[in-house]
Amino acid sequence: MSDMKFTRALADPDHALKPAGRPGPLGKPLVLANDGLPEEEKAWFCDAYPTASGPYKGILENFLNWARSKSLWILGFGTGCGAIELRPLMTSRFDMYRFGIQPRPTPRQSSVFVIGGYASVKTLKRIVRSYEQMMGPKFVVALGSCTINGGMYWDSYNTINAIEHYIPVDVYIAGCMPRPEALLAGFKELQRKIRRGECEGAVKYAENFEWYKANQKKVIHDWNMPDYNY
Amino acid sequence: MEPSIPLRIAYAFVSLAVITVYGLLLIGSMARISAKVQGRVGQPVWQPFIDIIKSSGKRNSISHGIMFWLGPVFRLAGGVGTYMFVPAVLGSVVFQNFSMSGDLLLVMYFIFFGQLGMALGASEGGHPYSAIGVSRGLAQMTAFEVPFALSIISIAVQYGTLDITKIVMAQQGGWQHWTLFTNPLAVVAAMIAFLGMSMHNPFSVVIAPQEIPIGPPTEYQSNLLGMLQTNRAVFNGAKLVLYMNLFFGGATNVPVMVVKTFLIYFINIFVGQAFPRFRVDQSIRFFLGVPTLIGIAAVVFIAF
Repeated sequence: MSDMKFTRALADPDHALKPAGRPGPLGKPLVLANDGLPEEEKAWFCDAYPTASGPYKGILENFLNWARSKSLWILGFGTGCGAIELRPLMTSRFDMYRFGIQPRPTPRQSSVFVIGGYASVKTLKRIVRSYEQMMGPKFVVALGSCTINGGMYWDSYNTINAIEHYIPVDVYIAGCMPRPEALLAGFKELQRKIRRGECEGAVKYAENFEWYKANQKKVIHDWNMPDYNY
Repeated sequence: MEPSIPLRIAYAFVSLAVITVYGLLLIGSMARISAKVQGRVGQPVWQPFIDIIKSSGKRNSISHGIMFWLGPVFRLAGGVGTYMFVPAVLGSVVFQNFSMSGDLLLVMYFIFFGQLGMALGASEGGHPYSAIGVSRGLAQMTAFEVPFALSIISIAVQYGTLDITKIVMAQQGGWQHWTLFTNPLAVVAAMIAFLGMSMHNPFSVVIAPQEIPIGPPTEYQSNLLGMLQTNRAVFNGAKLVLYMNLFFGGATNVPVMVVKTFLIYFINIFVGQAFPRFRVDQSIRFFLGVPTLIGIAAVVFIAF
């Protein structure tokens, strides 16, 4: 929690995403420690690193990207006060179904995670669990100023400042709170990015897994879940 | 002339492809109609196709064991099996499928086969909502099966056969020969059972959004979900074709089939948009009450 982190995240969001000199988990059968779990529960959970599948290129992938952009299923998990702005999207006034966007109650089936505003450390734990359970390719839309730099919570003792230090983000929607129109604009931007093949957050997460994990463990002190929830 | 067996199998694939596409368009258009009722524009009619492509195009997939994989396979087998033994279009070589004597019993079995398979597969997922959804689904299935079976018994007695093709043949020659007009009580009982079978409101206790979010398929994703979505179209198509054949005079060409099945399915939306969801106990008690009595009345009425 410092000014430095605050300004750094604003100045160069990708600056810290390059892990220095770490041997990648790819191609190596590394096993996660799962230190947070009691000994008798370790066998119940997955202990493998995430594997990066993709990014792929070609006509088929372009077609699939088009389909992905036209069928965005939002994970129904309102992580902060911004979730209140998601509800009007279903109503007749904004009607997100027009764009193929619909809510989905389970992380297994959804492809878009909307971080609805500030994420407290307690919520971050659930965010990480839910995000890791989603099937790739998965996209994250971060909503509100709090997700970008902490916003009005930037010096709060229990709220993280930049969500992209913990999970990869594809689209930010600034504002406090952004109106549903802004959300729709953000989703349209996400669709354009997906069609251009730029939304490879799942790959980024797998490749920089240790960096993300270290960041998460730095703030979540009662880590009583597997290191990778799959 | 009866076509050869390989040709019939080839025709069956054509028939299946047509019903899949039609079923998906039907789901899409009904979603759009519901949207209009709610004052929205609604999703595009072809949205179910895009959803299936997207689900199947996911890069990861997880499994919880063999039964978890087999669940959607059984479900799809139930859907395809139901469709394969119902003549979709009477007298058509391509859409005749594999209708044979006694197929009514076989089809009744296939309608419930998929649900049982899904129950085994979904329970393997280990999610509590799956188990709750499965138990609700099986309870409701048992309940709506009573009026449905009574209705089937009634028309089996009426036409003296269990062959769907013969039942359709008996209804040819004008609308006044339809079961709808010769045995209205059986049709009413069966249509109420159909509302339960389609799991739209007020009988949407299995998927029950906002309650046990999505129920049995909670853990299903990627290509398995794509399979379930495809089955939804095939199974809907099969049930609609079955109902059209049993109660609404069947169809002698594809346009008539499309119009009739569309209208039968529309009843679901009509009721679903007008009523909120029942609780589980209400739903089950409902089927065992008035619809069952109507079913018994249909049997008694036709037998004496």
